[in-house]
Amino acid sequence: MENIKTKETTIFESGLLRQALLDSLKKLNPVSIWRNPVMLLVEIGSIITTISFFAGLFFGSGEPSWFTASVSIWLWLTVIFSNFAESLAEGRGKARAESLRKTRTEVMAKKLIETGSKEKYELISSANLHKGDCVLVEAGEMIPGDGEVVEGAALVNESSVTGESAPVVRESGGDRSAVTGGTKVISNQITVRITANPGEAFLDRMISMVEGAKRRKTPNEIALEVLLISLTVVFLLVVINFNSLSIYSIQAAGQGTPVSITVLIALFVCLAPTTIAALLPAIGIAGMDRLFSKNVIALSGRAIEASGDVDILLLDKTGTITLGDRQAVEFIPVSGRSEQEVANAALLASLTDETPEGRSVVVLAKNQYKMRLTELPHSARSIPFTAQTRMSGVDIDGNSYRKGASGAIIEYVRSKDGNAPPELEESVKSIAKSGGTPLVVCHNNEILGVIHLKDILKGGIRERFIQLRKMGIKTVMITGDNYLTAAAIAAEAGVDDFLSEAKPEDKLRLIRENQQQGHMVAMTGDGTNDAPALAQADVAVAMNTGTQPAREAANIIDLDSNPTKLMDIVEIGKQILITRGTLTTFSIANDVAKYFAIIPAAMISIYPQLDILNIMHLANPYSAILSAVIFNAIIIPMLIPLALKGVKYRPMPAEKLLMYNLFVYGLGGMIAPFIGIKIIDIVIRVFMH
Amino acid sequence: MPDMEILFDITGMLFLLVVLTLLVKPFGTYISNVYQGNRTILSPILMPLEGLINRAAGVKQDEEMDWEEYATTLLLFNGMGLIVLFLILLLQGILPLNPQGFPGFPLDLAFNTAVSFVTNTNWQAYSGESAASYLTQMSGLAVQNFLSAATGLCVAIAFIRGFTRHTSQTIGNFWKDMTKSVLYILLPISIIAALLLVSQGVIQNFDPYTNSSLLQPVQTSDGQTIVNQTLALGPVASQEAIKEFGTNGGGFFNANSAHPFENPTPLTNYLEILLILLIPFSLTYTFGRFSGNTRQGWALFTTMMMLFIVLLGVMYWSEYSGNPLVKPVASGSYLEGKEVRFGIGGSVLFAVSTTATSTGAVNAMHDSLTPIGGMVTMLLILLGEVVPGGVGSGLYTILAFAIIAVFIAGLMIGRTPEYLGKKIEVFEMWMSVLIVLTSGILVLIFVSVALVTYFGISSILNPGPHGLSEILYAFASVANNNGSAFAGLNANTLFYNLVTALAMLIGRFVPAVAALAMAGSLSKKKYIPPSIGTLPTHQVTFVLWLAVVILIVGALTFFPALSLGPVVEHMIMNAGQ
Repeated sequence: MENIKTKETTIFESGLLRQALLDSLKKLNPVSIWRNPVMLLVEIGSIITTISFFAGLFFGSGEPSWFTASVSIWLWLTVIFSNFAESLAEGRGKARAESLRKTRTEVMAKKLIETGSKEKYELISSANLHKGDCVLVEAGEMIPGDGEVVEGAALVNESSVTGESAPVVRESGGDRSAVTGGTKVISNQITVRITANPGEAFLDRMISMVEGAKRRKTPNEIALEVLLISLTVVFLLVVINFNSLSIYSIQAAGQGTPVSITVLIALFVCLAPTTIAALLPAIGIAGMDRLFSKNVIALSGRAIEASGDVDILLLDKTGTITLGDRQAVEFIPVSGRSEQEVANAALLASLTDETPEGRSVVVLAKNQYKMRLTELPHSARSIPFTAQTRMSGVDIDGNSYRKGASGAIIEYVRSKDGNAPPELEESVKSIAKSGGTPLVVCHNNEILGVIHLKDILKGGIRERFIQLRKMGIKTVMITGDNYLTAAAIAAEAGVDDFLSEAKPEDKLRLIRENQQQGHMVAMTGDGTNDAPALAQADVAVAMNTGTQPAREAANIIDLDSNPTKLMDIVEIGKQILITRGTLTTFSIANDVAKYFAIIPAAMISIYPQLDILNIMHLANPYSAILSAVIFNAIIIPMLIPLALKGVKYRPMPAEKLLMYNLFVYGLGGMIAPFIGIKIIDIVIRVFMH
Repeated sequence: MPDMEILFDITGMLFLLVVLTLLVKPFGTYISNVYQGNRTILSPILMPLEGLINRAAGVKQDEEMDWEEYATTLLLFNGMGLIVLFLILLLQGILPLNPQGFPGFPLDLAFNTAVSFVTNTNWQAYSGESAASYLTQMSGLAVQNFLSAATGLCVAIAFIRGFTRHTSQTIGNFWKDMTKSVLYILLPISIIAALLLVSQGVIQNFDPYTNSSLLQPVQTSDGQTIVNQTLALGPVASQEAIKEFGTNGGGFFNANSAHPFENPTPLTNYLEILLILLIPFSLTYTFGRFSGNTRQGWALFTTMMMLFIVLLGVMYWSEYSGNPLVKPVASGSYLEGKEVRFGIGGSVLFAVSTTATSTGAVNAMHDSLTPIGGMVTMLLILLGEVVPGGVGSGLYTILAFAIIAVFIAGLMIGRTPEYLGKKIEVFEMWMSVLIVLTSGILVLIFVSVALVTYFGISSILNPGPHGLSEILYAFASVANNNGSAFAGLNANTLFYNLVTALAMLIGRFVPAVAALAMAGSLSKKKYIPPSIGTLPTHQVTFVLWLAVVILIVGALTFFPALSLGPVVEHMIMNAGQ
């Protein structure tokens, strides 16, 4: 498969558009529209007006047939527009699912007959593999199903799932043992124990999620539907009531004609919250899809909504807040030596050191202290780091350069009759206090100075925490470091709280305590020992590089394995809710203008005085009613881009955000239809002349 | 001097509202102390009595009920009350304390009246002084005036507990709440108020009606000269106090609070208005006290008061402007259907108060209000009786509105909605919708039926759009348990007695049970502490939004009906037809 995280599919891509149009016609089938009761009622209304149009043709009716016909057409269009919004949202997911499905090719798997022995295996189709089977996968072969590496280590190309072309290491034991079906082994061979039955694999779950096939309405969506359906029932009764009112008023006023069924249905459809009802399914599906375009798979819609409510976020320090490795930031000389001398010795001691820390020393020496040396002379002998010596360095022509833990280096110089200068201890302590790691550098038996290794914060992490705070989310850093180090890093990163010397069970306890107090807790994790905490958290994001237990315990999978993704997830969760709320407000606010268009028009024959309510000065009753119906219909496709993209979320205090959205969508929703209906009325007037 | 009159009226209104606002905090505190079992000033006298009642009734001290039991007990209690009152009305002819010898009520009227008083509606399809014996008034109607108001208080308090309890299965004990409501809240103030009313000339006796001769004989249209009139008497003051204080509204006399024996002076008029408004407004403070944040209570108070003042202003303006077709009477103002002793100010304030709460007592004929004035009274009822609404019912209804407002506003700020730390989910939505929309749905259905059936329109006395207004008002009044009427409708027919009884029962008990069910569900939930992302429900934006939601729901539901009734009337009147 090509890269799935390429460009965002544009909303109106022609292929998708055609498919969506076709689907929206198919969805007119009442069986499929049943899921959306408001639109079902609109469709029933369309059927009735259509029948009344044909009845009018044959038996005559009190209103012009062009009017009944136009109303019918626009009512049908209202339903079709609603279907179109849903189809379009689904279409994007389906296109993605299709490309995922292509990777799920059937392969022949080498199923081991006896576990433990790699000699005897049988070839069976990957479709017949079951949970607990062990298979052998060699270089160049496709991994036949989701599983766990039980023996060996291999480089695996997982681009089919993640879109990332650099291969990753998968090995037995530890946190990198999970493999995904459909990914390819590049080197070595591994034995994989299958952990999913056919059809239940990760890829299958992903496909069904992005397709929206198994999409269930979330509780919040259902609660909103309760409100919308109740309002619709009220409006249905309002229209019935209106009919009785008009019958009575004709007697009372002694003039006028009863309101026709077409006008009654037009009034009902205009009042019913069709705008939000039409766009509601699309909002949820599109949210899911937006997540996917950020390479995040939500395994339930509920998880995304819950993420909008998260108010406590647990983050692992390493890899999330800091870069995985410590880096040298400073050389501190002792006993009268210059920084240059320390830098020179540190550089020599590190040139052959391939660890990230060693490389960072080289970088610092070259950049900050303009050291030019790039290669050691041939006579140099490099001394690698061992757990026993706890130092590394180089011997050049009888000179030895070493760097290492302060205890180890002091012992080393003492063994050569040197000693530690008195100010060394102070420098070492002050570095440790600031959250860094001190590495002492020596030349032969003399200690020159200290390298300050520091946890480096990821770029922009502080700003993201500030943003999180604005969203009302408290961040808690979790680390195995001691209290001092943890406190220093926490202060620098700007997290709200931290948990030092944390063991896995501490994480679980922390989550439980916070939930007990009513907080919504999100956490990210990748290790097997994170699984219990992930299962407990309300929003649990597992890294795709994580272990199978972690991925199973989570409800959101991040394919990029980038822990700060949670902020994007929270934002999308909030966006979905905001989009629902604002469009509901907009939809209901619209009703005011529609009343002012339809009621005077429908009543003019009975009470001409009511023309005073015709504040838009619409041309005549027919064009007034038709304008309201047309506005009600075309507002749906006009709002599709907003529904699919989501209303922008601005981190600001709740009160302000509410004020802003009420102003834009509430007041705007009240005014917009007055303008829209007036414009449509002018256009209709042009056509009628 | 019309300018002086306006000044006088507005000063009076402002004075009353200020006094009311000052009373809200102490009285709301008193109510919350009563239900929280704290000591109050009346405890020394009432505690032994309360203990005695509880022991006699076999109510255990710390026994609590879940919502199902609470609701069942409440319904059974009200059902028993309904049966007893129904029997008294049927059998009053053979019961004592009936000096005028009134016969028993006909079956349909007895049923309608019993339902009416049990539901706190006090829709009166009978005429008090010419149909009800003293026994009926005292032990039938007045008793239900207490019990129906207490029922409203019980539901409101149980509902508040739903918000303030966390992970709890129970919402209180109905018997204890009922005893406390009557004993600590309704009785003491009714006694004081009754004495004050008597001091102003409200009557209180068991004498037979007296005849007195007129100072100025009256000539009727068919040439007869009337020289005598019958003065209806009775134990009025005791019933008058609870009629207002319990937002019941059922008058001892047919003329209700316009009758000089019920409401003799401007002073009693203001006192009665204060009694009407006191509990409904004070309960907002009680709510705030219970929830540990009085600002939450003041937010509801502000919403109610804001709508109250705006609509009061509209109505006063409309009544003051009057009808261009009618020449103003001597004092310079438009007084048709109003009592001269109350003037426009006293009449308008009473009319707004009685319809804003679900009282339904009247001191002027609402049928004679200007079209816009009449529309304001209707609108106050149609908004669902939340400005501030009836005793107890006003609070739980506005809280249901608040939940709907919170739901939409919560979405708009990107949170799954919560109110006072409780998540609003599907069940809460269903219950809120039931509380808020039931009465509106009833009005729509019954008005639709009444307008197109013979039984419905044959009772209309005034043809034209005003007849429509009369029917709309009648069903708005019963479905929202208000009880007042545009008098131009002959409501004592089999059709109206049955359908209005049905509307009163559904309009009262469906929301009440829904409120209890929601209390049960809310009390089981855990509490979510507020964070910076939580919607603040005690600030200006939310108060305005809540007011808008209340107005929009009411306006969207009744736009056509109000257009074709009062609005058309107004146009016709202004056009001089």
